[in-house]
Amino acid sequence: MSGARQLTRLLDRPRAFLRLHQSLTVIISAALVLTVLPYIATWYPFNGFGVQKDWVGGFADAGVFVLLAVGLNVVVGLAGLLDLGYAAFFAIGAYTYAYGASSFTGLHIPFWIMLVIGAAVAALFGLLLGAPTLRLRGDYLAIVTLGFGEIVPVVILNADAYTRGTNGITGLAQPDLYGLLGINGFGFTNPYLYFGTVVVIVAIAFIFLQRLQDSRIGRAWVAIREDELAAASMGINTVSTKLLAFAIGATTSGLAGVFYASKLGVVSPDQFGFTVSFTVLAMVVLGGMGNIWGVAAGAFVIFEIQHQGLKQLGAFIQGLNVPVVTLGPLKIDIGSINFINYQYLLYGLALVTMMLLRPEGLFPSRRRRLELHEDTDEVAELLADEMLEP
Amino acid sequence: MSASPGAAVPDAATPAATPADARPILDARGVTKRFGGLVAVREIDFDIPRGAIVSLIGPNGAGKTTFFNIIAGLLEPTDGAIDFMDELIVGRPVRAWAEPFFWFILPGIAVLVAAGLFAIDQGIAGVIAAVAAIGLLIASLLIAVIRPRWYISTLGRAGIFKSGRPNDIVAQGIGRTFQNIRLFANMTAMENVQVGMHSHMHATLIDAALRLKRHRTEEILSQIEAQKWLDYVGLPKRSDVVARNLPYGDQRRLEIARALATRPKLLLLDEPTAGMNPVETTQMTTLIGRIRKELGITILLIEHDMRVVMGVSDRVTVLDHGEKIAEGTPEAVRADPKVIEAYLGAPAQ
Ligand SMILES: Nc1ncnc2c1ncn2[C@@H]1O[C@H](COP(=O)(O)OP(=O)(O)OP(=O)(O)O)[C@@H](O)[C@H]1O
Ligand SMILES: [Mg+2]
Repeated sequence: MSGARQLTRLLDRPRAFLRLHQSLTVIISAALVLTVLPYIATWYPFNGFGVQKDWVGGFADAGVFVLLAVGLNVVVGLAGLLDLGYAAFFAIGAYTYAYGASSFTGLHIPFWIMLVIGAAVAALFGLLLGAPTLRLRGDYLAIVTLGFGEIVPVVILNADAYTRGTNGITGLAQPDLYGLLGINGFGFTNPYLYFGTVVVIVAIAFIFLQRLQDSRIGRAWVAIREDELAAASMGINTVSTKLLAFAIGATTSGLAGVFYASKLGVVSPDQFGFTVSFTVLAMVVLGGMGNIWGVAAGAFVIFEIQHQGLKQLGAFIQGLNVPVVTLGPLKIDIGSINFINYQYLLYGLALVTMMLLRPEGLFPSRRRRLELHEDTDEVAELLADEMLEP
Repeated sequence: MSASPGAAVPDAATPAATPADARPILDARGVTKRFGGLVAVREIDFDIPRGAIVSLIGPNGAGKTTFFNIIAGLLEPTDGAIDFMDELIVGRPVRAWAEPFFWFILPGIAVLVAAGLFAIDQGIAGVIAAVAAIGLLIASLLIAVIRPRWYISTLGRAGIFKSGRPNDIVAQGIGRTFQNIRLFANMTAMENVQVGMHSHMHATLIDAALRLKRHRTEEILSQIEAQKWLDYVGLPKRSDVVARNLPYGDQRRLEIARALATRPKLLLLDEPTAGMNPVETTQMTTLIGRIRKELGITILLIEHDMRVVMGVSDRVTVLDHGEKIAEGTPEAVRADPKVIEAYLGAPAQ
């Protein structure tokens, strides 16, 4: 134990540096992600699963989910508001891009401006949904957001005069740098530019969210999550503070929507169902609610498991040539299981296991850890450390 | 350690130095609270002189905490009104029906402008005005939900009144602690106090996101001030300890530091010495006396420990079954037969 503590001590200085220079840390991490991840994709065994280009395309999609997760983290992890319809704002961002930059409306507003517009529109919807509902107790909010998350895709589906219904809107414009850095259109076949773009967007969002978390606003969010009544009795306007958390979550989701739509070039209502809301929530919970780095890592890992891991697991098990077992009428053919079909079952299992063994998530914030492990040694040690400080 | 808390706080025995003509800082009239059939507080008339320490005592379930919560805006009274610094803060709504008109004034003007512009020609100006009307309507409704201070005072000037929410009451200058400690358990002592300072900090979303000077200086100043409050209540070395890990007595002190950080003019303390040992109790009594003497804060105290009550109070009010049964100096109340009866014949020692 004392060895472990010595190690913590040793790490104290770099840790203090990183805490002091949070934004720099984010920028360095983003640079590392940009350079190292595509390189890792060429290593064994990853190169066996796909060429680098496909991997990088997958990373860009993972970036979308990282963005969604860090946004939802503000709502659920910091302010403690259970939002079950988060995908609705994702859809609103994506459709805003479809209206602003496709032949459907004939508008061709540049992607970079649409990022701002999409985020703003999503924020507006966040405020409109939050204003009447955030005064309600937590469980009501969960129901209302669940309903909103269902209504948005249904409205998109049925208002086909304005949205082309199930077919979706196609032919969305690609981002363009207008010759800057020698780049014109991004082109749907070149994932590297999308990957770079999403890393930059995530890094910017990260820096902003981290700074907010460390401000009076972030403290107010956490105070509300800890004890809303006491927070109000200390002068916090709980309605406006919760509304702000909700709007910021929606803004981030809107950003993700615009980027996602531009990368895919198509938007249709089936991309924004409850499964998206649920997946992002699972990412936040498994990653470690309240800790932005944990949530980002959780989102990336889960996305890669979902999109590469399960496929490869299937291929791997098929390769083992497990014989078909016949138990009376029951035929068990492990080799032919398509694990992707079972991803939500696996999510469920992972969540249940996690809640039993490590409810604070993989990379929890210090607060969560304290909250969920009342009197473990770990806490006692933490306390001892804190007492020893002069 | 002094033999009696009264000796530890020398000024406590002398009545508060209030001029005879000064109006009370808090004035409650006919406050009643019903929970279904139970009348928890019945037609209480009650005032607190500026700069005084007034105690509210009474047997369990007498309605003391309920009365506190009404002052603090956590409970809506069934009847009655409360003035704080000559301003109505809690009471029946006045002309509440007129409030929605305010929401439609600006959007209404925009709609008229839009209609006018459309009448002249079908140009873009009319469309802009129509969009502005929708925007203003949304903004108005958001403001009505958020109820910022300027909105409340604007309504006040039009004679419209609604009881304040807890945060409005804090902003008016009433701070409080809770009978069963309600700290932000997983935040550090420092952060707890900083939350108390929330309404006196002004950094906006933009300031924080861009780390502008306002945010940075305010953040540093808030840490200094929070440390000052921690020192003041006797927790100078606990700033980085998570609230839940503090010993019980320290948690009570931290609650007071957090309440002081709201910069109250009136401090409501709900049983600040509950569960404390005699040493801690004496220290707390001294602290309460100092808060009044050094900071000039008026204090309303709920307390069961008669030594504390007799030691610091200028005046004592006794509640029983929601009714005020006695009021006066500690000595007079202590000798009052009705009070002795309320405490089941056991005279307050
Ligand atoms: N929210 C509530 N709903 C229903 N009844 C309540 C509520 N709050 C308090 N009461 C009742 O009102 C009465 C007064 O309670 P209150 O907490 O004000 O007493 P108190 O004087 O603070 O007592 P104590 O000394 O035990 O703290 C009690 O009978 C209590 O059960
Ligand atoms: Mg009580």
